[in-house]
Amino acid sequence: MEKNNRTILICRGTGCESSKSPEIQAALQESLENTDVEVKFTGCHGMCQQGPIVIVEPEDIFYAKVKTKDVKKIVDEHILKGKAVEKLFYQDPSSKERVPTYHEIPFYSRQKRLVLRNCGTINPEEIEDSLAVGTYQGLEKALGMSPTDIVGEVKESGLRGRGGGGFSTGIKWGFCQDADGDPKYVLCNADEGDPGAFMDRSVLEGDPHSVLEGMIIAGFAIGASQGYIYCRAEYPLAIKRLQIAIEQARDKGFLGEKILGSKFSFDIEIFHGAGAFVCGEETALITSIEGNRGMPRSRPPYPAISGLYGKPTLLNNVKTYANIPLIITKGSKWFADIGTEKSKGTAVFALTGKIANSGLIEVPMGVTLREIIYDIGGGVLDGKKFKAVQTGGPSGGCLPESFLDTPVDYDSLTEAGSMMGSGGMVVLDENTCMVDIARYFLDFTEMESCGKCVPCRLGTKQMLNILDDIVEGRGQPGDIERLEEIARGVKLGSLCGLGQTAPNPVLTTIRYFRDEYEAHIHDNACPAKQCKAFITFHILDSCVGCGLCLKNCPVEAISGEQKELHTIDQDICIQCGVCYEVCPPKVFSVEIRTGAENRVEEPV
Amino acid sequence: MEKGLETIFSDYEGKRENVIPILQKVQEEYTYLPEHLMAEIADYTRVPASDIYGVATFYAQFRFTPTGENIISVCRGTACHVRGAPRIFEEVTDQLNLEGEGTTEDQKFTVETVACVGCCALAPVLTINEEVHGDLTKQKVKKLVQAKGDQNGEE
Repeated sequence: MEKNNRTILICRGTGCESSKSPEIQAALQESLENTDVEVKFTGCHGMCQQGPIVIVEPEDIFYAKVKTKDVKKIVDEHILKGKAVEKLFYQDPSSKERVPTYHEIPFYSRQKRLVLRNCGTINPEEIEDSLAVGTYQGLEKALGMSPTDIVGEVKESGLRGRGGGGFSTGIKWGFCQDADGDPKYVLCNADEGDPGAFMDRSVLEGDPHSVLEGMIIAGFAIGASQGYIYCRAEYPLAIKRLQIAIEQARDKGFLGEKILGSKFSFDIEIFHGAGAFVCGEETALITSIEGNRGMPRSRPPYPAISGLYGKPTLLNNVKTYANIPLIITKGSKWFADIGTEKSKGTAVFALTGKIANSGLIEVPMGVTLREIIYDIGGGVLDGKKFKAVQTGGPSGGCLPESFLDTPVDYDSLTEAGSMMGSGGMVVLDENTCMVDIARYFLDFTEMESCGKCVPCRLGTKQMLNILDDIVEGRGQPGDIERLEEIARGVKLGSLCGLGQTAPNPVLTTIRYFRDEYEAHIHDNACPAKQCKAFITFHILDSCVGCGLCLKNCPVEAISGEQKELHTIDQDICIQCGVCYEVCPPKVFSVEIRTGAENRVEEPV
Repeated sequence: MEKGLETIFSDYEGKRENVIPILQKVQEEYTYLPEHLMAEIADYTRVPASDIYGVATFYAQFRFTPTGENIISVCRGTACHVRGAPRIFEEVTDQLNLEGEGTTEDQKFTVETVACVGCCALAPVLTINEEVHGDLTKQKVKKLVQAKGDQNGEE
């Protein structure tokens, strides 16, 4: 290959954009203006923590945490002299080794990227880029098939809904295909509301055409002429790129009247979700598009029979649609060979929390939690001890270390008391209080409960009150049992998934971390040393008297002469933790105490 | 009818399914949903005003008071929470003398929490207007807020 026949890819997902990747792109374009080096931007690479990410092809060199001032070096050394800039290589968090190429980085080498196949390699705002990697070939093939064959192919692939429920996609399509009613609708659920999850956003930002292609194929299969994408208004970049993609697809004849010369007409519009977590539930989402408060209704009838405006409606998640073109092009057998017996294909996770390599990953179904957290994620952040992994967001649960060898698929996770969910995976370490985590999720579901079902509306409120009491030092014997009892009621008495699963974070933390609840209630202690009501801060004798804590303490609770031991007045201290944060790591003289070692008087 | 409202209405048919898009446009234009416009939206869409309020109060996006010049949104997503978002929120409100979410007296800042910005790898995160700031500590927040305040003073 010719020496200068290079392409430079700059990631412009939301993460990298926030760390100034557009500036880097502009600087590169400016310095390479009169060369044949192509500079283009792409969607998310997934390794957001290492952003901004710049990749030089064809050598596959991966530059991490690039700053605008590094551009000159990349151009001078790499592009002009052909010598890659070593100090910008990705550094492995455990071995500290520098890794030069994209595919050698363990984070990527152990993944299998199907849904994310084009994220980070194509320019999501140029349809030509998508066409070059084969997008819309699945649509062409599908238009030559009979709708029944398409549904059969999706059924045989074993694809299950990627929104978290895990219902067979093919069977759903079949129901909708058979349903009487005209017109029919195709909806895409892009109301990614789980806190701690950004899979759908990254797919929409990085490869919008694959999602559109999946929806158009679905429209052809069930006989629909109109599609809607329900996307959160909080994702402005995703909406912008979808809008561009829709216009480009119309220009090329993939959307609109008589698609690709066939008799099939189909168009797609974007609906901006106005911020209600419950709208991720299918009937609530439909009610919301119709212009109402997004409250779920009872099923049956299922949306496949009676959905939007009472018409047959097919609703799937972003990632479900993104899988469809692959299944059509490569065949159901190819897809069914990936994954486990009952969970086919891959799972996309947003791996976050106390993990060394945060980011977006895709793995075949059936890999273990341990492989994801340690091999891909690089283990727990700062070498701390692993405590639990939370999957499934506010509907899921927290699994302890003993479950690390659980294979990741729909059924194993449900059996363990958690769930696959749409793909959030948050790692918790020894400093995370499990009672506080349960409280956090309950706070979320209590706020997002639409209020329709009494057990959910009032039950989550009561559970939250009890958890507030425990976390703030007012816990009573019997609180754990009360939580369990209310949880049962909320699960049984709620209409939709939000209520039915809202108690899961509480139930799993009680099941696996009951000792932490008991410590809060009986021993006046927070084992993770996180809950303010149970901790005190102390300065150890090793203090060098640098004065940083004294200077930063917002309530002037710290006293001491320069270069002498400082002390904290416990009557003034508000447990804000600034002293702990600013104490130089080499000295590390601030200690947090809890429980028996805590010298604060017991509350009367 | 207000001129701004007229332009917005011209883009939408007056029917129920356009209530949410219209409310979104109105808020984009006015930064909030002014009370005196709600009746007009009701008339135009032929949906009772009580229903319009029902919809507007249901969704987190809509507000009923004007915002300050700058909007600081502190992410309360899970990843941010476990990496210290409550402390970040505390620092923001302390810096601006607010008791939780709200707008400062001088109308310079509105502070709110949001469910998830989707930048979990950079947790904890906040956004000032549209700009995302990640990997925050209390110190960084203090500097950010003060810098934004100074910048506004100069304008």
